[in-house]
Amino acid sequence: MILKGKVWKFGDDISTDHIAPGRLFHLRTNLPELAKHVLEDADPDFAKKVKPGDIIAGGKNFGLGSSREHAPRIIKISGVTCILAKSFARIFYRNAINVGLPVLEVDTVRIDEGDELEINLNTGKIKNLTKNEELTASQIPPFMLKIIEDGGIEEHIKKYGDFQL
Amino acid sequence: MGKTIAEKIIAEHCGKDVKPGDIVVAKVDVSMVQDGTGPLSVQELQKMDMESVVNPERTILFLDHASPSPRKELSNAHIILRKFAEKTGAYLSEIGEGVCHQRLVETFVNPGEIVVGADSHTCTAGALGAFATGMGSTDVALAFALGKVWLRVPPTFKFIINGEPKKGVYSKDIILYIIGMIGADGATYKAMEFTGDTVSNCSMESRFVFSNMSVEAGAKAGLIPTDDVTKAYLESRGRGDKYREIHADDDANYEKVFNIDASKIEPLVSLPHKVDNTKPISEAKGIKINQVYIGTCTNGRLEDLSVAASILKGKKRHPRVRLIVVPASREVYLNALKEGFIETFVEAGANVLAPGCGPCVGVHEGALGDGEVVLSTQNRNFKGRMGNPEGFIYLSSPATAAYSAIRGEISDPREVLT
Ligand code: SF4
Repeated sequence: MILKGKVWKFGDDISTDHIAPGRLFHLRTNLPELAKHVLEDADPDFAKKVKPGDIIAGGKNFGLGSSREHAPRIIKISGVTCILAKSFARIFYRNAINVGLPVLEVDTVRIDEGDELEINLNTGKIKNLTKNEELTASQIPPFMLKIIEDGGIEEHIKKYGDFQL
Repeated sequence: MGKTIAEKIIAEHCGKDVKPGDIVVAKVDVSMVQDGTGPLSVQELQKMDMESVVNPERTILFLDHASPSPRKELSNAHIILRKFAEKTGAYLSEIGEGVCHQRLVETFVNPGEIVVGADSHTCTAGALGAFATGMGSTDVALAFALGKVWLRVPPTFKFIINGEPKKGVYSKDIILYIIGMIGADGATYKAMEFTGDTVSNCSMESRFVFSNMSVEAGAKAGLIPTDDVTKAYLESRGRGDKYREIHADDDANYEKVFNIDASKIEPLVSLPHKVDNTKPISEAKGIKINQVYIGTCTNGRLEDLSVAASILKGKKRHPRVRLIVVPASREVYLNALKEGFIETFVEAGANVLAPGCGPCVGVHEGALGDGEVVLSTQNRNFKGRMGNPEGFIYLSSPATAAYSAIRGEISDPREVLT
């Protein structure tokens, strides 16, 4: 799978409270509405600026905090196709895979806002077209890649009726 | 090669030997969602045409984050869970019954089991020697319907904690110390195991604090070997027959081992907006506060209320401070009533609210105003956590919180503890 898009850059420790704030708890049963607030507490205008196909590059421990699957879901609804970060919090990482949103661990220090990237999910190779550089992300384990390729765990289960390790 | 607690429990549940990094499908014993994550689980099952549960008595739906509900959207979310319980026979824990993690250890979880919950602090039950871990709504939905989950077997960090804690130092201070030391991502993807004299001398209630906060270091589980204390706890809850010895092999393979001298730890406070931003109380002393919150799945148990009540007895909250106390469960509430703690709190000027999450997650009750400062016994202090990104959340033990409520500023509880 090859993804191409423009980067929005975030810092370290973006929590699920930044992405889907607790005060919007009542919108959790209305994901399209909640998505209008995606990442609001990190960048109040993000939901307005983001375009389908865009990519997020974060720092370390992206997605720390709560187990709310709503967080990767609304990032996906906002049109973002992939998140790169130095590291991810465990539950967020797992939820992103399950909802079919690719997440790659890579040192994002050389990636800047607005950079144009081309990402190969199978090899973990990331071409920074703006800077003409290449980075290598840690590879997604094969089972998790399969879930992403199936379009998320829901589609995976629909397809196989069970977990297909 | 010997095995860690996590490896042993997972191996038992997938029927084969495992090592860190393996991805396996494991049988689940207890699965749960709460009112913030559960409606999505139910909707997912409906979408997949799989609205059923394989193990209704051990499938639990908690109405605790917004309880009682403050607005119609959340009341409607509660209806989704009530209907699902009616349809499938899953157990519904109604508003006022308490916070999911407290209810799970009181009533549902036993040593050696696998517990998955759509809530990050599901790791709390690890103190009972269960592999308990937080996941997303869809993961837990699938556990409801299929009775299993996919898991990556975690490597383990072992924390050997020895020494007698000083006066005014509780398991909360020790775990804040550990998180401050290794960082909020220091144990990401790992299991943490807590052992040593300090841990075995802890009550069950204090042990839950270690496990509860292991996710604040990024961990997948926070495990404590079982012993007589675990056994007595289970017996007191009518589950003595469920006791099992759970411990790691002597030659188990740990990714890292940390030795901690608990006698050297001071009361600690975690400063906004990160849990690992810990400072000794001496460096936070004197910070003016607007609100004190004693409660949550971290420190809302009887032991916590007892410490707080002993400090607040015959005293009044500082006029600037709103004091909020929330027992973690109905049972804790009832016992606190019997012990006279609730009377002490009310006399001290506290608002005692219905058992549940209370102000912890900013859904209702005690949201902060712009620029306001709270000292809370909860587990995390992220920006926006208590309903307002313009608020400032400090974390401490119940003793520090109670004494600070009287003084109107962050204060060292050792000044009053005898
Ligand atoms: S008390 Fe706080 S941390 Fe615990 S389950 Fe409730 S919201 Fe989460």
